[in-house]
Amino acid sequence: MLESGPKKQIPAVSVRSLNCPNCGATVTLRSFGQAINVVCSGCHSILDAQNPQVQVLQQFKVKMKWDPLIPLGSRGKLRGTMWEVIGFQRREIEVDDVTYGWGEYLLFNPYQGFRYLTEYDGHWNYVSPLRSLPEARSTGLNTVRYLNETYKRFQTANAKTAYVIGEFPWQVRFGETYQVTDYVCPPRVLSSEGSEKEVTWSLGEYMSGKDIWKAFSLPGAPPPAVGVYENQPSPLGDTPKKIWRYWFFLFLAALVLQVYNSVTSPEQAVFTHSYTFDTQATGEPSFVTEEFYLKSPDSPVKVETQADLNNNWIYLNYALINVDTGQAWDFSREVSYYSGYDDGAWSEGDRNDSVTLPAVPSGRYYLRVEPEGDKNTGAINYSVKLTRGVPTPIWFVIACGLLLVPAIMLSWRSISFEHRRWEESDSGQPGVASVLSSLVHQSSGDKNDS
Amino acid sequence: MTERTSNCPNCGAPVAFRWSSSVQTVCEYCKSILVRTDVDLKKVGQVADLPPDASPIQITTEGKYGDRAFVVVGRIIYEYEQGNWNEWHIVFNDGKDGWLSDAQDEYVISFQQDIGNLPPPDKAPVGTQFEWKKIRFAVTSRTNAHYAGVEGELPFEYWDKEDVIFIDLRSEQGDFATLDYSEPEKPALYIGKAVDFDDLRLTNVRKFEGW
Repeated sequence: MLESGPKKQIPAVSVRSLNCPNCGATVTLRSFGQAINVVCSGCHSILDAQNPQVQVLQQFKVKMKWDPLIPLGSRGKLRGTMWEVIGFQRREIEVDDVTYGWGEYLLFNPYQGFRYLTEYDGHWNYVSPLRSLPEARSTGLNTVRYLNETYKRFQTANAKTAYVIGEFPWQVRFGETYQVTDYVCPPRVLSSEGSEKEVTWSLGEYMSGKDIWKAFSLPGAPPPAVGVYENQPSPLGDTPKKIWRYWFFLFLAALVLQVYNSVTSPEQAVFTHSYTFDTQATGEPSFVTEEFYLKSPDSPVKVETQADLNNNWIYLNYALINVDTGQAWDFSREVSYYSGYDDGAWSEGDRNDSVTLPAVPSGRYYLRVEPEGDKNTGAINYSVKLTRGVPTPIWFVIACGLLLVPAIMLSWRSISFEHRRWEESDSGQPGVASVLSSLVHQSSGDKNDS
Repeated sequence: MTERTSNCPNCGAPVAFRWSSSVQTVCEYCKSILVRTDVDLKKVGQVADLPPDASPIQITTEGKYGDRAFVVVGRIIYEYEQGNWNEWHIVFNDGKDGWLSDAQDEYVISFQQDIGNLPPPDKAPVGTQFEWKKIRFAVTSRTNAHYAGVEGELPFEYWDKEDVIFIDLRSEQGDFATLDYSEPEKPALYIGKAVDFDDLRLTNVRKFEGW
């Protein structure tokens, strides 16, 4: 059985320093015994930190000195843990003869180990080593899955160390090259870094320069972020997705309202009359009806015309006129009906016609009617019926249309942001299809989160 | 139960065993490597100075793995071309033992498995897949390492080995496995999980200057 022994009190592990065997400068070791290599900041000698007295492993001349934006020895709290910057590398890739470089900061905490910060054109990532392997997908090499999220391959390149300073828990060399592949699922990026012996995976989370500056209490302002970075979250977030959801709910609400209106609105016949129009009669065919009253509230008025037609037509010029204000609604209807028997019975037109005038205010009204017809037709019997309170779908259509405007605008902005992201990828053309599919992936990833 | 104590055959200092199944221990005073025999302790070697060490763990550190409490009773320090790592021998309240490895503050708790038919080292290049305990593992690294020091109690004799091949494997669910070829004909398999430093809830850890 287990016995707990006396609590040994070993003194605190102390910070060590050494003198550079090449130039004699003092080199501080901030990671206690963890460093394998340390680079003298005076003469750029790479030293064996485990056995410093004898070994200069490599010395490099640099055309350009890259001072880290966060000085070595700075401490800052990220994700609730205090980290100290102990090493810095500038790494470069070449694409079409153009060199792109980024900074990699090695962070250390004696209990939690190592993390990284990377910086490219003002875009920052907080990077942790991965503990489990990402799942390679059967769909090919262009996506991997990790923790139920799909990452799309963005770029593969050979990253070369172009400048190095500080200490590292591995062998670091100037000019050393590793193949790096990035897979993105904003705001995260999965990176694999490979050699023959070992492939390591890490997970980066996008951070703003402002948050880095705050965490490390750095003076001044961080360098501005240029362009759209591979795993930079869209400034719109999931607003486009949300707004479509809102649009759908508002659409449903409008639809319910519309259906409710049409079911419950009190339809009321306010005027019905039958007339006969003799096309052969001389004299003024137009006439006015008796007055009728349209009650509050403002609502549409349906005008129905029914004519006893047989292979003929009637044309009716209507005006609905307010007795008190003189305001008039002019409209005309053609009603026609033809039928016959050629290779079977046929018919064309309709003896019934209906039209709705939207939102007619309440008041006293009369109808002015002016019929027209073919001289040879003779007498046509027709009737006119006015119904108050007929629901019209016009407001429903307008509402849905207006609601579409912000949804479409936001989606367009979101698509153009994704387009700018994927323009930098080596995964081929950032076609609309790939941009759209990345939007879909993003939303499916969100779904998995919840 | 009382702590089982004997005396160091080299310097006479009292030697206590915290775990009844320990086979080997190191005298805290004269650093003699002592192996238990039926009757007493036998000195089989001497530990040289331990390499500089920055692990926050030490012998007597206590912690939790899930809800199981453990105490650190011994360790092996391995050295390889990229540095060194610690295999801390941990013993649980129920008397079972396991290993807490600390490689640059990446922590894994693992247990030796009783699984036969393990592959020889040349049959397990990086990327090869194996399935043990219904977990699919892929080889992620191969390391040649050698003993660089021992401390405290171990479940076996270990003090003068040559370079040993270690093959590390991982699953897609955060499982770790190590094939240990200390005995090339009879590899040992350890399976475990990566653990967060904070989740280990360690007490009696070392202090670091300035932290």
